[in-house]
Amino acid sequence: MAHFSFFILMQREFKIASRSVQQFLLPISFFSLVVLLFPLGLNPSPQLLQTIAPGILWVAALLAILLSLDNLFREDYEDGFIELLVLSPRPLALLLAGKVAGQWLIIILPLLLIATLFGIFLGLPSHSLSTLLISLLIGTPCLMLIGAIAAALTVGLQQSSVLITLLLLPLYLPVLIFGSSAVQHASTGLSTNPQLYMLSSLLVLTLTLAPLAIAAAIKISLSQ
Amino acid sequence: MTLRVENLTCWRGKQALFDRLSFTLEPKKLLLVEGSNGCGKTTLLKILAGLRPPTSGLVTWQQAPIDALAEQYKSHLKWLGHDNGMSRHLSVIENLRINANLFACKTKGVETVLHKIGLTPYRDTLVKQLSAGMKRRLALARLMLSRSSLWILDEPQTSLDKAGVALFESLTSEFLDQGGSVVIASHQPLGVATNYIQRLNLSACH
Repeated sequence: MAHFSFFILMQREFKIASRSVQQFLLPISFFSLVVLLFPLGLNPSPQLLQTIAPGILWVAALLAILLSLDNLFREDYEDGFIELLVLSPRPLALLLAGKVAGQWLIIILPLLLIATLFGIFLGLPSHSLSTLLISLLIGTPCLMLIGAIAAALTVGLQQSSVLITLLLLPLYLPVLIFGSSAVQHASTGLSTNPQLYMLSSLLVLTLTLAPLAIAAAIKISLSQ
Repeated sequence: MTLRVENLTCWRGKQALFDRLSFTLEPKKLLLVEGSNGCGKTTLLKILAGLRPPTSGLVTWQQAPIDALAEQYKSHLKWLGHDNGMSRHLSVIENLRINANLFACKTKGVETVLHKIGLTPYRDTLVKQLSAGMKRRLALARLMLSRSSLWILDEPQTSLDKAGVALFESLTSEFLDQGGSVVIASHQPLGVATNYIQRLNLSACH
C-alpha cells in the first residue's frame, strides 16, 4: 500500500498537466529564453559561447525549476486538497514525493531535449553533451526536492516567491557548482567522476531526507 | 468510538478563542458548534481533526490522544473544510477516484456514490465548470466513499440549494443511525432529529 501511495499523486500531476498546458510550458519557454538571450547580449563568438555554455545551461535550468516552485503546492492549498492529503491515512511523505516526482518528470523530459539542442547550438563538443545530460538528470531532482521544502514552508504566505528565492539560493549553490563544473571538465577532456559522484551523493541525501522535510513543512504551513 | 476533549485552550495573539473547553461526543451524537463570526469555530474543528495543535489541552479518541493514534484516527475520520478539496482541472469522476484512492477504498463504489449525490450527468465535467453548489455536493460525496465513524464538517450547507440541504440532512441522519458521530460548525438551522443534537456555543466561552 505504501508503494502504491507514491503513484497516486504522480498520475494526478500528469492528468492536470495535460489539461493546463500553459503551466507545463512556462518553465521550458523560460529556459529557452534565458539561453537564447545570452548570445545576443554577449559577443556571439564561438569560442566565448563554448566556454560559457555549461554555466548558461545550468543556470537556466536552475531558474526554470525555481520558477515552477511557486505554483507547486499553491493550487492544491487553495483548493483544500492539501488538507485531505494530511488527513489521509497514507504516508504523507510518500504522497508528496510522488507529486514532486511527477512535476520533475513533466519539466525535465522536454528540458533535457531542448538542453541537448542548445548545447549543440552553443558549440559544446559532442563528448560533453552526454555529461551535460547526466549532470542535469542527477542534479535537477536535487533542486526540485530542496525547492519543494521551501515551497511547502511558504505555501500559506501571500507573497512567497521572494522568500523561496532567498531561502533556496545558498542551498542551490553546491548543485550548480558541481553540475556546471562537470560539463566544463568534460569539454576540456578532464575526468568528470568527482563532480558526478558529489552530485549523486547530494541526490541520495535529498531523496531520502527531503520527502520527510516536505511533509513536515506542509503540516507546519497548515497549522497556521 | 468516543471523542473526548479535555481543557482545550487556544490563543490567537493575545486573545483566548476558548479557554479550558471540555466535552464528550458519544456515537450517535451530533455536536453543533455555534457562535459569531471569528469566534474560533474553524480553529476548533481543525484542532479536533488534528490539523493544528491546541495551545494546551487534549483531544482523545477511544481514550488515546489523537496525535498518538495518527493513521488509525485518520482512517476513522472524514473532514470537510471551507474548501472542497477538489482539483478544478480534473473531472468529477477523476476527483472522486483520487479521493477513494487516498482513503484506500474500492473505486467501484464511486459510481454509486455519484448517483446518490445526483451528479451522474456531470460525471466527465471538469470541476471548474461546475457551479458552487454542485462543487459542494461533490465534496459531500467524499463523505460516503468509505466507512468512517466521525465526520468533522465546517459549514457544510454553504451554497447548497434546498434539495442539496435536504440530501445532506438525510445523509447525516443515516450516518448517525449507523452509530457515527458528527461535529458541525454552522449558522443555519439543521433538520436533524433533536435527540441527536448536542450544542456548543463558542461565543459563550469567553
